[in-house]
Amino acid sequence: MQVPQISVFLENKVGRMAEVTEVLAANEINIIALSVADTSEFGILRLIVNKPEVAYEKLKGEGFTVMTNFVVAVEVDDTPGGLARILRTLTDASLNVEYMYAFVERSTGRAALIFRFDKEGEAIKVLQAAGVNILQKVDIFQN
Amino acid sequence: MIWDKEHECMSREDLRALQLERLKGIVKKVYKNVPFYRERLDAVGVKPGDIKSLDDLHRLPFTSKLDLRDNYPLGLLSVPQSEVLEIHGSSGTTGKPIIVAYTQKDLDVWSEVMARTLACAGCKPGDVVQNAYGYGLFTGGLGAHYGGLRLGALTIPMSGGNSKRQIMMIQDLGSRAICCTPSYFLSLIETAEEMNVKFEDTNLRIGVFGAEPWSENMRREIEKRSGVTAIDIYGLSEIIGPGVSAECQEQSGLHINEDHFIAEVIDPETGEVLPDGQMGEMVFTTITKDATPVLRFRTRDICSINREKCACGRTTARMSRVTGRTDDMLIVRGVNVFPSQIESVLMAIEDAEPHYQIVLSREGALDDMEVQVEVNERLFSDEIRGLEALGARITEELHSVLGLRVHVKLVEPKTIERSMGKAKRVIDMRGQ
Repeated sequence: MQVPQISVFLENKVGRMAEVTEVLAANEINIIALSVADTSEFGILRLIVNKPEVAYEKLKGEGFTVMTNFVVAVEVDDTPGGLARILRTLTDASLNVEYMYAFVERSTGRAALIFRFDKEGEAIKVLQAAGVNILQKVDIFQN
Repeated sequence: MIWDKEHECMSREDLRALQLERLKGIVKKVYKNVPFYRERLDAVGVKPGDIKSLDDLHRLPFTSKLDLRDNYPLGLLSVPQSEVLEIHGSSGTTGKPIIVAYTQKDLDVWSEVMARTLACAGCKPGDVVQNAYGYGLFTGGLGAHYGGLRLGALTIPMSGGNSKRQIMMIQDLGSRAICCTPSYFLSLIETAEEMNVKFEDTNLRIGVFGAEPWSENMRREIEKRSGVTAIDIYGLSEIIGPGVSAECQEQSGLHINEDHFIAEVIDPETGEVLPDGQMGEMVFTTITKDATPVLRFRTRDICSINREKCACGRTTARMSRVTGRTDDMLIVRGVNVFPSQIESVLMAIEDAEPHYQIVLSREGALDDMEVQVEVNERLFSDEIRGLEALGARITEELHSVLGLRVHVKLVEPKTIERSMGKAKRVIDMRGQ
């Protein structure tokens, strides 16, 4: 039901992002989706990759502060109002989104969203009840 | 067990009366016998007869390590040299060592306070105590040895080193306690692991550790890996050697043998006596020392004092674990700051040895202090909110401990330069 996400702590310094991506490249890890959240002093790079266990180990081995957690991937109609409908469903259920980012799911060519909820289990139930397609790990990694 | 209930569980009132009587005696003795102290006391205009209450202690001049060095070897002797039976001294890594002398009376007191220390740590008569402190001029070896004998323990004079033989003795003689530095014990744990010996299968239950600064984290590691109860003991040759203070089974501060040593905590900058609980420099006055008594000796060790009665029943004041040296003290916007204070705040938050660095700079006339904290996996969060909350929490706790608002910056691991394995904690750019 949920998809593993790798988060990396980054100081706002020149070249740090390049170093992370080089570690992934050297280990033939493909990035499926990413987002960066930042403040004036530091940032958090969040990644969905095809080999999350390897990515975690290798980045950790290179001295990065890394963590794995699980996020929810949702398919969205690639038409006006597609995202709005999903967010309305969540809002009506008083569910808060911690953060989200979008990517294109290559197997179907459809738009997809990564959500981090504080009440994850509840959010999944609400979305499923509304007929939203929640992507499985395999759907995403089959790229 | 409590070795000397009469003195270790005395009411504070009786203890103060005893301390005053002994303080009067020692001031009189050094004024009469030690030219150095007579000059110092005359310089501040204090005569032995002026000591009327314990508060008069604050009028006495301090003694520094330098004073002892300047009077090498036996310039501060307060008895005829013919009465001296033993001497000890500091290792003297820089220049001449410091020599301290013991008469028979001093050796008796030393044996007593070390028997108290061992009993405090959980040893009892009939135990086998393995002494792996170095024998020689260093006070650790013979101090623990005399204490073991006085306690009535079988005392093995192993001295330091030869780890395989140490383990063999633990196994073959059934040592219940070992006295050594905590770092040496960690290396013994490793040797035991290599030899496939489990301390849990031996009689070893107590570690009496001192002679070097160590942390709560190290205590947890030792206890987890060996199953021994790790007890912190404290002493310094200028006062008597080991036996000045020791933790009891509560492991909540080190009981000071106050009937022999009066403890004060002072502001190292101003010399003012600080209230209980406040961190500062520990100062001791030896009130029963015969050969080389010292008045208000500045230890340069940073700790605080707690005079509440301990759950173990002892009424003696407890000092906190020594976490640093006055040499490490920083003055930021007029406030005394010890890196160890920052370390303990971070330790409580991280539950581990923190990696941090203090950067001092000057913005106009105002000092600016930045504490850089490495974000490890325990502290990390995938949400900005989580990391901002962490930064705010560290800032708040540092504010309440230091009384200063500092800027906390979260940095990546390994950002902080580690020289010789030990991080360079302070970068002071204020002079630039």
